[in-house]
Amino acid sequence: MTAEYVDYATGEPVVDAKAPSGPVGERWDKRRFEAKLVNPANRRKHTVIVVGTGLAGGSAGATLAEQGYHVVQFCYQDSPRRAHSIAAQGGINAAKNYRNDGDSIHRLFYDTVKGGDFRARESNVHRLAQISVEIIDQCVAQGVPFAREYGGLLDTRSFGGVQVSRTFYARGQTGQQLLLGAYQALSRQIAAGNVEMHPRTEMLDLIVIDGRARGIVARDLVTGKIDTYFADAVVLASGGYGNVFYLSTNAMNSNATAIWRAHRRGAYFANPCFTQIHPTCIPRTGDHQSKLTLMSESLRNDGRIWVPKAKGDRRLPNEIPEDERDYYLERIYPSFGNLVPRDIASRAAKNVCDEGRGVGPGGQGVYLDFADAIRRMGRKAVEAKYGNLFDMYQRITDEDPYEVPMRIYPAVHYTMGGLWVDYDLQTTIPGLFAIGEANFSDHGANRLGASALMQGLADGYFVLPSTINDYLARNPHHDDCAVTVDHPDVQEVLAETEDRLSLLLSVDGDRTPDSFHRELGELMWEFCGMARTDTGLRKALERIPQIREEFWRRIKVPGTGEEFNQSLEKANRVVDYLELAELMCLDALHRTESCGGHFREESQTADGEAARKDDEFTYAAAWEFTDTGTAPTLHKEDLVFEYVHPTQRSYA
Amino acid sequence: MARTVWDSSVGKKTVMAVSGLIMLLYLVAHMIGNLKIFFGVEEFNRYAHWLRTVGEPFMHYEWTLWLIRVVLVVAVVAHAVSAYQLSRRDIKARPDKYVHKKPRASYATRTMRWGGVILGLFIVWHVLDLTTGTVHPGGFQEGRPYQNVVDTFSTWYGNVIYIVAMLALGLHIRHGFWSAAQTLGAGSRTRDRALKTVAGVLALLLTAGFIAVPVGVMTGVVS
Amino acid sequence: MKLTLRVWRQKNADADGAMSTYEVDGISSDMSFLEMLDTLNEELTLKGEDPVAFDHDCREGICGACSLVINGEAHGPERTTTCQLHMRSFKDGDTIDIEPWRASAFPVIKDLVVDRSAFDRIIQAGGYITAPTGAAPEAHATPVPKPDADFAFEHAECIGCGACVAACPNGAAMLFTSAKVNHLNVLPQGAPERETRVLDMVAQMDDEGFGGCTLTGECATACPKGIPLVSITSMNKEWLRAARKAAKR
Repeated sequence: MTAEYVDYATGEPVVDAKAPSGPVGERWDKRRFEAKLVNPANRRKHTVIVVGTGLAGGSAGATLAEQGYHVVQFCYQDSPRRAHSIAAQGGINAAKNYRNDGDSIHRLFYDTVKGGDFRARESNVHRLAQISVEIIDQCVAQGVPFAREYGGLLDTRSFGGVQVSRTFYARGQTGQQLLLGAYQALSRQIAAGNVEMHPRTEMLDLIVIDGRARGIVARDLVTGKIDTYFADAVVLASGGYGNVFYLSTNAMNSNATAIWRAHRRGAYFANPCFTQIHPTCIPRTGDHQSKLTLMSESLRNDGRIWVPKAKGDRRLPNEIPEDERDYYLERIYPSFGNLVPRDIASRAAKNVCDEGRGVGPGGQGVYLDFADAIRRMGRKAVEAKYGNLFDMYQRITDEDPYEVPMRIYPAVHYTMGGLWVDYDLQTTIPGLFAIGEANFSDHGANRLGASALMQGLADGYFVLPSTINDYLARNPHHDDCAVTVDHPDVQEVLAETEDRLSLLLSVDGDRTPDSFHRELGELMWEFCGMARTDTGLRKALERIPQIREEFWRRIKVPGTGEEFNQSLEKANRVVDYLELAELMCLDALHRTESCGGHFREESQTADGEAARKDDEFTYAAAWEFTDTGTAPTLHKEDLVFEYVHPTQRSYA
Repeated sequence: MARTVWDSSVGKKTVMAVSGLIMLLYLVAHMIGNLKIFFGVEEFNRYAHWLRTVGEPFMHYEWTLWLIRVVLVVAVVAHAVSAYQLSRRDIKARPDKYVHKKPRASYATRTMRWGGVILGLFIVWHVLDLTTGTVHPGGFQEGRPYQNVVDTFSTWYGNVIYIVAMLALGLHIRHGFWSAAQTLGAGSRTRDRALKTVAGVLALLLTAGFIAVPVGVMTGVVS
Repeated sequence: MKLTLRVWRQKNADADGAMSTYEVDGISSDMSFLEMLDTLNEELTLKGEDPVAFDHDCREGICGACSLVINGEAHGPERTTTCQLHMRSFKDGDTIDIEPWRASAFPVIKDLVVDRSAFDRIIQAGGYITAPTGAAPEAHATPVPKPDADFAFEHAECIGCGACVAACPNGAAMLFTSAKVNHLNVLPQGAPERETRVLDMVAQMDDEGFGGCTLTGECATACPKGIPLVSITSMNKEWLRAARKAAKR
C-alpha cells in the first residue's frame, strides 16, 4: 500500500495564468483593469456561496453582498461571530509607516517574502502589502477599537521577525475586534436580505458540474438534514487544517472537510506539509489535554526566553542564578534575539528540550521570563500591556507569571499550505475560490506574526470581490441552465455523502472518534511535526493507512444522522484527517530540503540551521487527488524571484 | 415619542423612574408635613387647612390640592401599570427556573415587586382611612386631622399596617431611587457610591420620619 | 478526583428534559471543565449511550460558544468562561449540577445546547457602522481621544456568550445590547447612526422576548469579560437621548 502511495507521478507543471506581468508594484492595478466586470444590475441574479465566516469569509460575504451579489453563507458555529479568527491575539500588519521608522509597502513585501523563506509568490505578496494599508482604513471606519495613543492616533507595535513597528492591535484581542467588524458588516447585509445565512450548517461536499463548481452539499447540524445548495460560484473560507495534529491552537471544531472534499473533487492541494508551529503556547499538562492555548507572540517583545545551562536542572526558576541561565535566542541570534521568526524560535525550543534542558512536567517547556521587564517598566506597565494574557496564563496553569516565569512550548498553530489558487484566488476547479487560511497563497513556508489577519481581510474585503467578477462575467448566470437537485451529478454527490454518514453510524465498533483523532495527531506530531526525517515520514505513511483501516472497522458513533449529533460531526471530520495526513507526510517526504516551518533533519547547515535547496525546490507543490490511498500526482508551480533574491535567511 | 416610550421596555422603565421620583418628592413633603404633629393640635390642623388654601387667591380653594392629587394618581397608575406589564414580560422571558438555586441579589432588589404590591394596598387603605374616612376607626372628623391620626394609631392594626408599609417603603426607595437614576442615565462609575448613599439616606429618613408619628402616638408624646 | 454530575438531558427542542446523574472518576485538577465533560462523553460513547451535547469551540475563552450553568451560576464559580474554568475549583466527591442557559429567547436545542440566534438579530438590527468596503477615509483622518477608544474597547470585548441573559432573573439582554451600543456610539465613526442604532437594537431585543432590566446586577457578576452594570445606564441615556431627538424630527 505505502510503497504505492509514495510512488507519486509528476504531472504537467501548474501555471498561474492570471498573474499579470510587468513591474511588481503595478500588477494588481493591471489585473483589476483587465478583469471583466459584471453589470451592477446583473449582479443580483448571481448567487455566490461562501463557506465560513471568519475574517476572510465574513469580509468576503459582506463585500460581495454590498456589491449586489446574492450571497448564501454557511458556518458550523451557532453564529457567524464565533469563527476561530476571533482567537487571534497579537495584531495586524500594515505598511502605514505611521512611526516614520523606515517602513514601506516594499519593506512589508520584502519581509514577508523573506519570512516565508522564499516559497511564496512575489506578485501575491506585493499585492498583500499594498492592500494592508486599505485594511486599516476599512476597519477603523467600521469602528474597530484599535489601541490609540493620547493624541488620539493609532498605536503600533513591533512583532516577531521584523524590525519596524507596523502591527496595529486591540489589546490582546485583535482578531476578535477585526472579526466582529466583519461580522457586523455581514450582519448589516443579512438584515438587508442580501446574505442568506445558514449557521450550524456544515459543508460536506462540493458539487462540480461540467467541470465548474456549482454548489455544495451541507448538513444542518440541528436537524441532521442533508441538503444541496446551488450557486454560480463557490468560495471556501473554511480555515486551515492544523487540527490534523489533534492538539493545536485551533478551535475544537475547526476542520479540513470543506477543503479536503474540494481537493477530492479536483482542486489541487498545495504545500500541505507547510505547517506553522507557534513558539509561545502553554505546555500540555496531561493526556486529558483537548487543545493548546497560544500566548500572544507579542510577549516576546518584553519577555526573555531561557532554560537552565545544565541538563536536568530541577531547581525552581527563581533559584537558578543569572549565570546558570541560557538565554539561548539572545545568544544564538544576537540581532533579533527573542524576536526571531516563529519557525526559528520553535525549533530552538525543541533543540534545548531535546538536549534535556527543558523545564516543567516532562521537560517539555522553556521559560518566558518577565522579571527584567517588570524591573525596567514597572509592574503597572507590564500589566497594562499584557494583563489579560497573564490572567489567562494564571487561570490555566495556576501559576502567577508576575512572580514565576511562564513556561511555554511550541504548538501547531497555522497551516501555510492549502488549496492551490491562482492570482485571482481561484482553485483548479473553475468557479471554486479559496480565501484566507484555506488557500496556500501568500505565506510561503512560514508566516510572519500578524500576517494571517492581514491576508484574511485582504482576500475577503479586496482581492476576491475584484477577481470573482471576472469569472462571473465570463460565466454569466442563465436561468435555463440552472442546476437542480435532479441532476445526476448532484444525486451522486448527495448519495455519497449520505452513504458515508450511514456507514459511520452503522459500524458500531469499540473506539470513539476522539481516540482515532488523538492517535493520528500523536503520530503526526512525532513524525511530521517540528523536525521531519525520511525514516520517520515513511513510518507515518505506513501507519496512517492502518489507522484508516482500523477506523472503518472499529469506529463507534452513537445516535442517528437525523438529529443533533456531535459524535457524527466529529467522526466525519476524522475521516478526512486520515486522508489529509497522508498527503502532508508525502509532501514532507518529497521536499527533501528544509524551509520555513518545514525542517528536514537531513537538510541543515553545520550549525543546525535550516538549509534550503533552491535549485531543486523553488516551487509550490500542488497535488492532484487520484483515489484514497493511491499516490497523488504532483504538479509543480515554479516560483520566480525578480525583486527579493533568495538568500539563506539570517537573523543572527 | 410617547408611543416609542410606552412600547419599549426601556421606555416603560423610564415611566417608572419618572413617576417614582414624582412620588418620592411628594413623600418628602408629606413627611415634613407629618412631623408638624409633634408641635401640637393647633399647628398641625392649621397646616392641614393651609394645604387647601395654598395658591390663593390665584387658585380657588382646594384647586392646588386637587392638582397635586391628580398628578399623584397619574403617577401611581403609570408606575403600577408599567410595573405590572414589565413584570409580566420578565416572568415570560424566564419561564424555566434553574434546578440548582443560588443565593441572589440584595433584599431590597428582590422585594421590589412584593413591596410595590404592599405599598399599593397601603395607599388604598391610607386614603380610605385618613382622607375619605371610610374605614376610619371611631368617627372620622372632617377638618380635624390631628384627632383622626391619633385615632388610627390608637388601634393595634393601624400601627401594624402603617409600620410594615413604611418598612416596605424604605426598601422600595433604597433600590428604586438608585434604579431610577440608572434608568434615566444619571448613574456612572464615579457617581455610583454617591447615588447609593443618597438612596440609603433618603430611605432611612423617610421611613424614620413616617414611623415617628405612630411611635409618637403609641408612646403618648402625641395624644 | 471523583465527582457526581447531575446533567440536564433533553433529546431535542420539543422533548421534555430532566436531570440525569453520572459518576466520573480519575478527574485531574488540571483539567478544564469541558475536558472533564469530554471524559464523561468518551465513557458514554463506549457504553453506547448518547453523549452529552454542549456548545464549545475555541476553548480559550474568546469565541463565546460555551454556555453552561454550573451549580446555578452561568459559567460556574469563577469569573470566566466555562472552557477556562478548571477542575481545581472543585473538590473530590463534589456533586455538580450542570444546566443549559435558561431564557425563553434561548430555546434548548439539545441537552445543554441552546439557540442564541436572537443575539445575532439584535446585532443585525443596528449593531454595526455602515461603512461599505472601499469607502473608508484614511485611518488617521479622525483621531479618537484615548479615553473614548478605551471605553469603546471595554464594551467591544463582549463575546456574545449569553451568560448575562442566563444569570438575569428576568432573562434580559440589556448588558449584551448595551455593550454593542456603547462600543459604537462613543466613536466618531458611529455617530451618524447613533440614534437609530440604539432605538432599533432595543426594539429588536424586546421583540425577541427578552425580559426587562431590574438592575439586579446578576448579569455583570456573571459576565466573563467584565462588562460593567453601568454599561446599561449608559445605554439608557443613549436611548432617552435618541427618543427625544426622534420626537423632534
